[in-house]
Amino acid sequence: MAFRQIQLMPIRALIIDDSSVMRKIVERSLRQAGIDLAPVLEAGNGAEALVVLQENQVDLILCDVNMPVMDGLEFIKQLPGVPNAKDVPVVMITTEGSESHVVQALSSGARGYIRKPFTPEQVREHVVPVLAGKS
Amino acid sequence: MNSHTQVLAANSSHENWIPLLEMAVREVFELMLGCQLTAPAEGAETTPEFTAMVGLAGQLCGLLSIRCNGKAAALMTSKMLGVDLDKVGPEVSDALGEVCNMAAGNFKNKIAGLAEGCMLSPPTVVTGSDYTLHSLSDSPAIEVRLLFEGMLIVITLQINS
Repeated sequence: MAFRQIQLMPIRALIIDDSSVMRKIVERSLRQAGIDLAPVLEAGNGAEALVVLQENQVDLILCDVNMPVMDGLEFIKQLPGVPNAKDVPVVMITTEGSESHVVQALSSGARGYIRKPFTPEQVREHVVPVLAGKS
Repeated sequence: MNSHTQVLAANSSHENWIPLLEMAVREVFELMLGCQLTAPAEGAETTPEFTAMVGLAGQLCGLLSIRCNGKAAALMTSKMLGVDLDKVGPEVSDALGEVCNMAAGNFKNKIAGLAEGCMLSPPTVVTGSDYTLHSLSDSPAIEVRLLFEGMLIVITLQINS
């Protein structure tokens, strides 16, 4: 498979969600989807994530939409201001499944959108093309 | 669908929501916990030691709640995190809140117009059973009762408008 051929190094992922349980579920789903992960970074909201990104290089960001302090859409808008993260692909993961939410997220710069509840297969479908630069 | 459901003074359009609410909850448990919910015996009851609530506002105003006992809440957490039951700690409230949040989101996404026009509050979880929930109005409600690993969970949608 093309993805396995190009994934030479473990993926450095940042998972942003105000629920620690959901962060663990997303990490487990990524692993179950066959994605080789380096130790995963976590943040409880967009503002925390921006701080994490100041000091860490990542390959992939998975981000909830509705969060306190700074929500996912505002986080995406501010991401270009972080020099070592401005080109990192962001995949949104949220319960908000309407078309307008999807359009808003994608037009804000998200590269993918996963609706909760989800399966590892759905995570794979949305994340692998992003990592392969096809989305 | 074969759960015991109840319409509490809800109108006919609300009654039509019962199978959608049940489907929404079943999907959350199947996809995120990897288990099938089953229908309870008639008259089954539980002591609601955990109550998770998510508010809905916009075209539908109301409150979705999920009530279950402590063992069910702990087992849900165990399945969500993929850890042994004896390793489950204080994240039980977080897990049950997320189940309720996903059930509410999945439910509104199944009703035309609500995905766009209805917003969800962050989940709130109450622990303990000695409480009374008071609604601002004499609002109707729909209720779905299902068994999770043999334990009753009660899902109620209180409808304010």
